[in-house]
Amino acid sequence: MLRPSTTLPRRGRGPLWRNPAVRALIIQAVLFLVLAAFIGYLVHNTLLNLEARGIHTGFGFLDGRAGFSIPQTLIDYTSDSTYGRTFVIGLLNTLLVSALGIVAATIIGFLVGIARLSPNWLLARLATIYVEAFRNIPLLVQILFWYYAVLRALPSPRQSLSLFDAFFFNVRGMVMPDPQPLDGFSATPWALLVAIVAAIVFGLLAKRRQARTGQALPVYWIGAAIIIGLPLIVFLATGSPLEWALPEMAGFNFRGGINILPELLALWLALSIYTAAFIAEIVRSGILSVSHGQTEAARSLSLPEAITLRKIVIPQAMRVIVPQMTSQYLNLIKNSSLATAIGYPDLVAVFAGTTLNQTGQAIEIIAMTMAVYLVISLTVSFLMNLYNARTLLKER
Amino acid sequence: MTDSTFRTEMIEAREAPDQSRGVIGWFRANLFNGPINSIISILVILLLARLVWPFLEWAVIDADWIGTTRDACTGEGACWVFISARFESIVYGFYPEAARWRVDIVFALLAILVAWLAIPKMPRKKWVALFTLIGFPIIAFVLLVGGMFGLQHVPTRAWGGLMLTLTIAVVGIVGSLPLGIILALGRRSKMPFVKGVCVIFIEFWRGVPLITVLFMASVMLPLFVPGNIDFDKLVRALIGIMFFWSAYMAEVIRSGLQAIGKGQNEAGQALGLSYWHRMGLIILPQALKLVIPGIVNTFIALFKDTSLVLIIGLFDLLAIIRAGLTDSNWLGFSTEGYVFAAAVYWVFCFSMSRYSQYIERRLNTGHKR
Repeated sequence: MLRPSTTLPRRGRGPLWRNPAVRALIIQAVLFLVLAAFIGYLVHNTLLNLEARGIHTGFGFLDGRAGFSIPQTLIDYTSDSTYGRTFVIGLLNTLLVSALGIVAATIIGFLVGIARLSPNWLLARLATIYVEAFRNIPLLVQILFWYYAVLRALPSPRQSLSLFDAFFFNVRGMVMPDPQPLDGFSATPWALLVAIVAAIVFGLLAKRRQARTGQALPVYWIGAAIIIGLPLIVFLATGSPLEWALPEMAGFNFRGGINILPELLALWLALSIYTAAFIAEIVRSGILSVSHGQTEAARSLSLPEAITLRKIVIPQAMRVIVPQMTSQYLNLIKNSSLATAIGYPDLVAVFAGTTLNQTGQAIEIIAMTMAVYLVISLTVSFLMNLYNARTLLKER
Repeated sequence: MTDSTFRTEMIEAREAPDQSRGVIGWFRANLFNGPINSIISILVILLLARLVWPFLEWAVIDADWIGTTRDACTGEGACWVFISARFESIVYGFYPEAARWRVDIVFALLAILVAWLAIPKMPRKKWVALFTLIGFPIIAFVLLVGGMFGLQHVPTRAWGGLMLTLTIAVVGIVGSLPLGIILALGRRSKMPFVKGVCVIFIEFWRGVPLITVLFMASVMLPLFVPGNIDFDKLVRALIGIMFFWSAYMAEVIRSGLQAIGKGQNEAGQALGLSYWHRMGLIILPQALKLVIPGIVNTFIALFKDTSLVLIIGLFDLLAIIRAGLTDSNWLGFSTEGYVFAAAVYWVFCFSMSRYSQYIERRLNTGHKR
């Protein structure tokens, strides 16, 4: 039974433990002691165990020779490289597949999310089926399916499936043309950079002009024309200094071109398709969260449909979409660690897998691996908090 | 004269034209109401014809269903004999045949309890929930592990298949919910040290992938206990999974706590209720009810992620099927294997997600502003 206490705690009156401030202090002190004792016990055990197994703690092992090869390296690496280098290689591979996945998942997710709201019954149903099918199947099953049931079942290089005679799919992955920059190509990227800066400056000027005169310029079209046009002109003016090395069959495999591992393809496919299902739901709920009154108000001001969408609906929907979307991006980065199930050489597979097995430095390696993901998560949530503070509905 | 100039009675409403009624009207209104929509509809129909029909042909029409050996597979469609031949091991793993009735009892009990809790009209929810959280795990533990009351001991090495998947999921759910409640309350505490510990705990687990947690559980946990204690592999994985998901659960529950007005707590204080009485009798019942959909969504995520234990070498549903694929008698059935695994997980997750939507609709009154 509960009884309301009859005496109110007051400073200087009654027993000491009735004083909330004193009680809070005692609870915290006890919690601190228990935690400290527990952690101390764990550390003590760990040190004893490490001694018994003859493992030396410390990060000295990072300078040791790795002695194993990695199938996909974005920077120079040989089996003579150090363990520290394997960490960097794994990290870069994780970032590569995450970046590819984020781009693809965003595109698919937006398309499916908008399709779910389509007035076309068939299209909306198809999008619903997509979402319900893919978000309810574990990602690991999807990765294994794409890898073992689809990509590993492709024919040998000799019988490759070809697309436009430039892309070839076989059991060893995908081979695609390799761009070979010639002399003078470096001007094009610079032109692109200049064009982007010019487009931004133009956008700002147009905005100021609109604020002053009320007349809007077609910023998006002109901006796109600058960004595409300027590099294209420079590229053509310097004599198109780019060649494509087409893959050719030589012996049992292809020569030339870039070979993309089937592991990367499977992981990329599964991550994008899976995450896109969640992004589609976020996009849909974001658009639905903008109340219909907003659209009606825009119509009664006789704003055109496109302007209503761009200036009224999307900015408000973004306030709902962006925070959830970033948490999906973080999930995708964390989920990319499932790479280890099919042997894509990501951080977990290479560093927390092979390197750990070879060196036995479990504590250091797991801590470093976790630290990478923690740093990424905490950085993104910090940026997200800034964004939220900026876009928060300003209420009086 | 008046008769010929105007009517005195209403004309019957004429029927809508054929083109806006019935099947044709529906098609015109939903699929072909404009050139763009018509093109989209035709494209979607073509896509369905290219994708869905061949899949159905493969999975149902041309499939082989009957038989016990590989000879039953004709090779035209899917060969589900691959699944039915090893169905027992997919459900029970390596659990000794003589003791499988114990697993069946646990399955049945679990099904009854879940149904009881899920159906809103059932009486005595509180006691059943209490039993599910405390009584059921004890009974299940005694039955599954054995070694007492004359039951044969079955080591966790022999557990596998769907039974192991459900074990991990249920332990994860039952363990992470109370832990998540405590963490959520701790994070809202006014005591800086308690709050700090909870924030660090939650943010740590939420920031790392489950795989690294499982790796940690399998390689680092043995280092944490005195060398002579043999730490069961499954227990290690379960501890990792419980901690990991309790952090997500805490954030879901915290969002519910934030939705409860300050006045509720202050009213409790005005009545002189203690902290635990206020939380247990006033705040938590309202907050938890509010976030049932979120909790179920976390359950779904947890259920899907039980499949990750295959990476540290436990034989859950997915791992058993995957092991079957390397059987030299049954090479080349990976599509069937993974499609079946996907279907099993899908049924569980989809029903949970449907349930959460149903609850959301039911609760869609009251607190929403």
